[in-house]
Amino acid sequence: MAAEPLLHVKGLTAGFAAGPVLFGIDVDIAQGELVALVGANGAGKSTLLGTLSGLVRASAGRIAFSGRDITNQRPEAIVMAGLAHVPQGRRLFDTMSVEKNLRLGAYARRDGNIDSELRNVLEYFPALKDKLNREARTLSGGEQQMVAIGRGLMARPKLLMVDELSLGLAPKIVDRLIDVVKEINTAGTALLLVEQDVLVALDVAQRAYVLENGRIVLAGAAADVKDDPNIRKAYLGL
Amino acid sequence: MTPQLELRNVTKRFGGVAAVDGVTFSIAQGEILGVIGPNGAGKTTLLNCISGVYRLDGGDIRWHGVSIAGLAPYRVARLGVGRTFQIVKPFGSMTVRENVAVGALFGSDSERPPLRAAFDRADSVLELVGLRMKADLPVSALTIPDRKRLEVARAVATRPKLLLLDEVMAGLNNVEIDDALEMVRAVHATGVTVVLIEHVMRVIVGVCERVIVLDLGRTLADGQPDVVLRDERVIQAYLGERYARRLRGG
Repeated sequence: MAAEPLLHVKGLTAGFAAGPVLFGIDVDIAQGELVALVGANGAGKSTLLGTLSGLVRASAGRIAFSGRDITNQRPEAIVMAGLAHVPQGRRLFDTMSVEKNLRLGAYARRDGNIDSELRNVLEYFPALKDKLNREARTLSGGEQQMVAIGRGLMARPKLLMVDELSLGLAPKIVDRLIDVVKEINTAGTALLLVEQDVLVALDVAQRAYVLENGRIVLAGAAADVKDDPNIRKAYLGL
Repeated sequence: MTPQLELRNVTKRFGGVAAVDGVTFSIAQGEILGVIGPNGAGKTTLLNCISGVYRLDGGDIRWHGVSIAGLAPYRVARLGVGRTFQIVKPFGSMTVRENVAVGALFGSDSERPPLRAAFDRADSVLELVGLRMKADLPVSALTIPDRKRLEVARAVATRPKLLLLDEVMAGLNNVEIDDALEMVRAVHATGVTVVLIEHVMRVIVGVCERVIVLDLGRTLADGQPDVVLRDERVIQAYLGERYARRLRGG
């Protein structure tokens, strides 16, 4: 018998005042899995992440995380349950120091091990070590993405969702960040990677979901998704 | 022949840091040129130097042989240098067509055209960039790829002779990028010189005849894409091994 997945999404419908964006979404993520979410602009990827984080209201369906129903819970309660979100475009506190940005990721935590978490994050991103006192806005795009991921890790999540890791970043930086994502995953954290650069996402993920017009149209092993002729045509341009 | 745009030793400092450090190159009329380089290499700063947003700390920029260094941005624009911005900022309460008409009204012509002519210009630009069917929509109804198109359309409406595009493909998937490349080719085919700042290699390889690599504010390489992207220094500084393999077809 399969264990209950870490994240279990069933029949999720959600959206905004103008109408739903997501229609009956089913997604499962197991403990320690690395899953890619792929889809065109406007397909609803960021809305799905927002709904999982409690930022967008679900109008139907259910989100279970770690065996608990977290549907439409407050965002901070969801972070405390172990689900952290690295938003698209980094969204750092520009005029605050790198260290404060990182520590804010642990804001909801009530345990005392914040310092050790910070050391842990700096081991993933040694480039940030001598920049802890710099204002976040003075960092390069790649370094800002490191802070954003680091801030997510400071919540000590069981599942980390990263929206558009590669946006606006040089290929070599994306390479390095992807290596760190793999390390984070190897250390036991599950990841949901939303990525416009589909090849990057499918190379690193174990499984993938394809979202189209608010519906999951394909789910499977990342390698199979990558080889699917429709996907190659629609997303890879091959 | 005098190049259309010529940069001589262009330098821009912020505090003690030279963000652009003695960059020299020229662009011929009708070229399509890519500018790539690591984050923080000085690409957007260079574009801001050309379009007059920043005052130079050294060197000179010449437009058809005449110095334009120190000119206000609107003067540079009216000479025929159009540009887009990385973070798109459309007029949110206007329609797509109205946004583009603003570019036509306040653009490169020294005399402001009548409103009617500005809207005619907007219509022909919307046709060119593939937004004709969405002309009367509010900007808020546009998808991300269409917002990028609108950003290009607003710049094209100013009738530029040289168009500077700052990461207009960021956040698009490969198929959306191929569509956007069609738009860039269509604009280029009207005789406009195009400079693209991009991280997306598909763009550089797909459309550029020449590529310049910036690193730490200096020119690291300048040449044909297939040569430059195989340059070991470019792979070291920018591309990384995984992408280099991908480009080699691995």
